Amino acid sequence: MSEPVSASKRAYWRANLTLMGILLAIWFTVSFGFGILLRPWLDLVSLGGAPLGFWFAQQGSIFTFVILIFYYAHAMNRLETKYGVRDDVNGSDSEGEDAS
Amino acid sequence: MTPTLFWTGFFVIGSFALYISIAIASRVSSTGEFYVAGHHVHPVFNGMATAADWMSAASFLSMAGLIAFSGYDGSVFLMGWTGGYVLLALLLAPYLRRFGKFTVPDFIGDRYYSDTARVVAVICAIFISFTYIAGQMQGVGIAFARFLDVPVETGVVVGGLVVLLYAGMGGMKGITYTQVAQYCVMIFAFMTPAIFISLQLTGSPIPQLGLVGNAVDGTPLLLKLDRTLVDLGFQAYTEGSKSLFDVFAITLALMAGTAGLPHVIIRFFTVPRASDARKSAGWALLFIALLYTTAPAVAVFARLNFIETVNESVYEPETVLEAGETATPTWFHRWENTGLLGFEDRNGDGRIQYRADAETNEVTTLNRDIFVLANPEIANLPAWVIGLVVAGGIAAALSTAAGLLLVISSSISHDLCKKVLFRNITDKQELLIARLAALGAVLVAILAGIYPPGFVASVVALAFGLAAATFFPAILLGIFWQRATREGAIAGMLTGLIVTGAYILTYKIFGWIPNTAEHWLFGVSPEGFGTIGMLISFAVSIGVTLMTPPPPEDVRLMVERIRAP
Repeated sequence: MSEPVSASKRAYWRANLTLMGILLAIWFTVSFGFGILLRPWLDLVSLGGAPLGFWFAQQGSIFTFVILIFYYAHAMNRLETKYGVRDDVNGSDSEGEDAS
Repeated sequence: MTPTLFWTGFFVIGSFALYISIAIASRVSSTGEFYVAGHHVHPVFNGMATAADWMSAASFLSMAGLIAFSGYDGSVFLMGWTGGYVLLALLLAPYLRRFGKFTVPDFIGDRYYSDTARVVAVICAIFISFTYIAGQMQGVGIAFARFLDVPVETGVVVGGLVVLLYAGMGGMKGITYTQVAQYCVMIFAFMTPAIFISLQLTGSPIPQLGLVGNAVDGTPLLLKLDRTLVDLGFQAYTEGSKSLFDVFAITLALMAGTAGLPHVIIRFFTVPRASDARKSAGWALLFIALLYTTAPAVAVFARLNFIETVNESVYEPETVLEAGETATPTWFHRWENTGLLGFEDRNGDGRIQYRADAETNEVTTLNRDIFVLANPEIANLPAWVIGLVVAGGIAAALSTAAGLLLVISSSISHDLCKKVLFRNITDKQELLIARLAALGAVLVAILAGIYPPGFVASVVALAFGLAAATFFPAILLGIFWQRATREGAIAGMLTGLIVTGAYILTYKIFGWIPNTAEHWLFGVSPEGFGTIGMLISFAVSIGVTLMTPPPPEDVRLMVERIRAP
């Protein structure tokens, strides 16, 4: 790495926090938003035979959670490659199998 | 011997033989392997093991029935027990894995540079795990008693010994690979009847699609259930009866509690790297979601099917049926013998009236576990499917019990003995203490399963509330706020523990104040109070931190290291 380590790490951490913030906003919206707070309005619309708010509370939010985590894992790998801090290639990291 | 008894015995004994062979194949000889399987577990296998670890007997046997009776209100469990994995994957698991040690108190003790903090964490971990394990052992005993005609005590002891065998020999490594097997047993046992009953009621082999689909007569399934329930005097299925604020609070408490439960967190210490911890959380939730999105579908199918086949049916099997009448299904009579169902012909018309009104309702006993247990018979499946469901229920209970057992054992041997009391013991001695602690914990768990303390049923709320109000804030602040100090963390954990514990004990265990909505503080039920406890814990931690000197330089560096490799 040519740039100073600490600056690069700071940028990596900031990018991570931004990504996290966006994904947590989606997490909150599908469960607490669609499934609870906005349910009375969403229930006016139907998805197949189910009121939409009810569907989000019992199915939709769970599907979204799964997608969010896989997306985060994928996006973080990309981010860590970009900032050269990836832990599963090159074996360049300091934390070995039994770090202590 | 009936076919059901034969197949139940076959699957239960067969699955136990499988677990024991895995245990023998995965014996370990070092503490690193005993506590975290040497950090060598593949993320997908860890995901499966986490799913089995997480889904208890309650998830497997009772949740679908619980939702069937509570309709929309049941959503708190569905969202609460899955949404926590998002918090875990984004906020906790990768950093705790990069920290690289064995237990949750390890992190608390090192990050907050204090043995007091470590001991507080040990107390919380042991308390949470014991409240949980008693319920699992009791579940094993009931399954044995009801389906294999052996006394509850025998069932609890056999189950306890099997867990001890594979947890004691193989530690985390043994537990992990048995949990992988247990997940496969569980999911196969849950999905098989669900698929057939979905086909029967909606024509769709995928229960998740059946839920949003139409019944065979063309009306949307949920609409049909809503109308049927309202006609009988019940509340519509898609409407809730809990207050909006309470639903919000319970969901958040279960999510934060899930993310803070030590037996779930330590599973992510077993994978090789932080990036694997993130991936593994995704697999875990995928495997959990398979059951958790099927359960609400099973709930709807079971409730509707129960009403359609039982309500207004002719009870006496010999009666000659008139046009338009149906006989009570044979499974109803069979399950009456178990005491899970009860019928009393109050108006003497020989027909079963199922109503909301207690005066006219004739289904006097209706245990909610029946909806999963009787599903195979309701769907006309062969006897071996029932045997499989029982083995699945036992697998769910044992896999959770094993994970909890390891938390208790490592808290005592590693966090208490190695880190606080006897710092000079060798790895071999520590391993011996870990195995003895596991033995002791199993004995206590067996006793708790045979003589369950009266409050076992209500302590799940306590376990989640406490995890949400102690570990979740302490770990989160430890990672994301370098300034967080030892005094802040200790004060926050203790306040969370005391406030949440006192609130739940007051309403659910001692009953000092009636447990009804008008008596609750801010209208929050004991199940949801973990949210309030968590907010108080955060506030106290932050307040006290700002009044105390910042942590030493090496702690700041440690936080830097776990944030970025």
